[in-house]
Amino acid sequence: MIQHLVDGVLVGAIYALGAIGLTMVMHMLRFANFSHAELLSVGAYVALVFDKLFGALAPVLTAKIGPLSMSFALALAVLVSMAVTAATAVLIDKLVFKRIRERGEELSMVFASFGVALIVRNLIGLAFGLGTTLYNSDIAFAMVLSTDPLILVRPDQIFTLSAALVLMVVLHLVLSRTTFGYALRAVAENASLAQVAGVNLRRIVIAVWVIGGALAAAAGVFYALTNQITPMIGRDLLMPVFAATIVGGIGSIYGAALGGFLVGLAANLALVVLPSGYAPSMPFLIILAVLTLRPHGLLGVARA
Amino acid sequence: MIGLISYLVFFTTVATILSIAVLGLNLQWGNTGLFNGGVAAFFGAGAYGTLILGGTPQEGHIGGFALPYPVALAGGMAAAGLLAWLVGRLTLKLRHDYLAIATFGVAVTFENVMRNAEWLSGGARGLRGFDRPLQELFASPLAYNAVFLGFVVVLLVATYAFLQRLVASPFGRLLRAIREDEEAAQSLGKSPARVRLISFVTGSVIMGLAGGLYGTFYAFVSPQDVLPILTFQIWAMLIVGGAGNNRGAILGAFLIWGAWTASGWALSRYAPVEAQIYAGSIQYVLIGSVIVGMLLWRPQGLFPERLVVSQRGRHPVPAAAE
Repeated sequence: MIQHLVDGVLVGAIYALGAIGLTMVMHMLRFANFSHAELLSVGAYVALVFDKLFGALAPVLTAKIGPLSMSFALALAVLVSMAVTAATAVLIDKLVFKRIRERGEELSMVFASFGVALIVRNLIGLAFGLGTTLYNSDIAFAMVLSTDPLILVRPDQIFTLSAALVLMVVLHLVLSRTTFGYALRAVAENASLAQVAGVNLRRIVIAVWVIGGALAAAAGVFYALTNQITPMIGRDLLMPVFAATIVGGIGSIYGAALGGFLVGLAANLALVVLPSGYAPSMPFLIILAVLTLRPHGLLGVARA
Repeated sequence: MIGLISYLVFFTTVATILSIAVLGLNLQWGNTGLFNGGVAAFFGAGAYGTLILGGTPQEGHIGGFALPYPVALAGGMAAAGLLAWLVGRLTLKLRHDYLAIATFGVAVTFENVMRNAEWLSGGARGLRGFDRPLQELFASPLAYNAVFLGFVVVLLVATYAFLQRLVASPFGRLLRAIREDEEAAQSLGKSPARVRLISFVTGSVIMGLAGGLYGTFYAFVSPQDVLPILTFQIWAMLIVGGAGNNRGAILGAFLIWGAWTASGWALSRYAPVEAQIYAGSIQYVLIGSVIVGMLLWRPQGLFPERLVVSQRGRHPVPAAAE
């Protein structure tokens, strides 16, 4: 039971990172982006490539950081991956979503995002193989937090949780303390009015994709680090991440962060009573519960 | 020669069944502007419903009620409609994103439950023990399949005729009105949420019919038949054919199903052995590219919706000029 709680919080942090980016895109560009979770896969694989590259260029970097299974090379690769994934998100927008958006068809964007997800996921499968892999094949030993009840936590999980929290605090500071943050929130409130006040809408849209892509990359690497790397990361995390945005209320960044943790907790706690085979159904049940009890989410506002 | 004919019968039967599902989607997306991300779930509800109600008793799971075939098929359609009603009631009042996410979630959950709930669906091994109706009357499988093809074609024509009449009726006008300008329709005293729900459930029942026929044709259904790729295929069919146009929807179904089987055949025949496991990935990339490509370059489809003038002015155009 307590182990489920701990696991729920740990995986919840990853959902939260994915959901923050997704909810920003859904709020600013007004469409449910089904290809967002594929950015997590992109992030995980880009980090894998650069991890190997840095390790080969400077073998000293392959040393592990403290008790983590993460090496210095991978830590650098995560930063590169966040930049590359952010660029990928901007590129996909330029190639596909922007053109459809300019014709003013919101529903077609949802449609297109499914097509993009299908293309990205299977191109990753073609490029890297359909099997699973790991950043590091050494066995990561779990730390015993307590023996009765037995609670096990791996150092990597503690690291990903802390790193995720740091990213969220940084984002919070950027949004609440900088001019750019004000501009972004102004566009979210009222795009036309923000433009009148001199906010460059095109730049804000790019910024949303950059933030969403970078957070997705971090989430993808963290998920891959604590589980494994497969081309199906996007498919498997799509529903939990969507559930987190709905729990928090579509458009609410803080709601998405909270929603991520709640979905992680709820999905893990449900497995106390249900067989683990039903895990993929949990996000949908959570969505149904939220839509029944509080359709606009915990922190969301009704919007037409 | 017999081989070719039986293959053609087989191909046409599956394409016809899928056309029915595309018609159901066209009512939702083409005529009402509803985004259904879970076609596979409603198709699957029809297939599982029909086979559970019409099948013979099996060890290990419920079902095998051996009901008469029309009752079983109607039950499958009702199961699809019920599922649609449950989802639609919660989401159709909200922003369109919610319907997209919830329907996609239904499909994921439906597949997941069918795979795990062995007592209900036979689990990953699928559902067996269904005797195809009237099979004992036919000596050869080919003769049976040919007659079955006739049966599904009749149902396709009936669905088409029903939808054409529906779309031309005042209700069809209401659907288009809501799709184009919800507030204007509301100001005339219409209830968009209710009308959307009717359209969503009706479209899903049609998908359930397609699923029921699919299950009947194979006398078998498993979680492999309700994977999300089915949803993508059916969308690609609609968007290639032209959303809003029922004839286009049917042509799109045949075109895409033809392209899908042809690409599968070509890959299995010409791709090197070590690349065979990637054949599925290549086909998925193709389907994704068709969807994105059509949206970018020809969003109206190959056969666009013909916009109609519901009421002409007070002076009708003379017949000779039409």
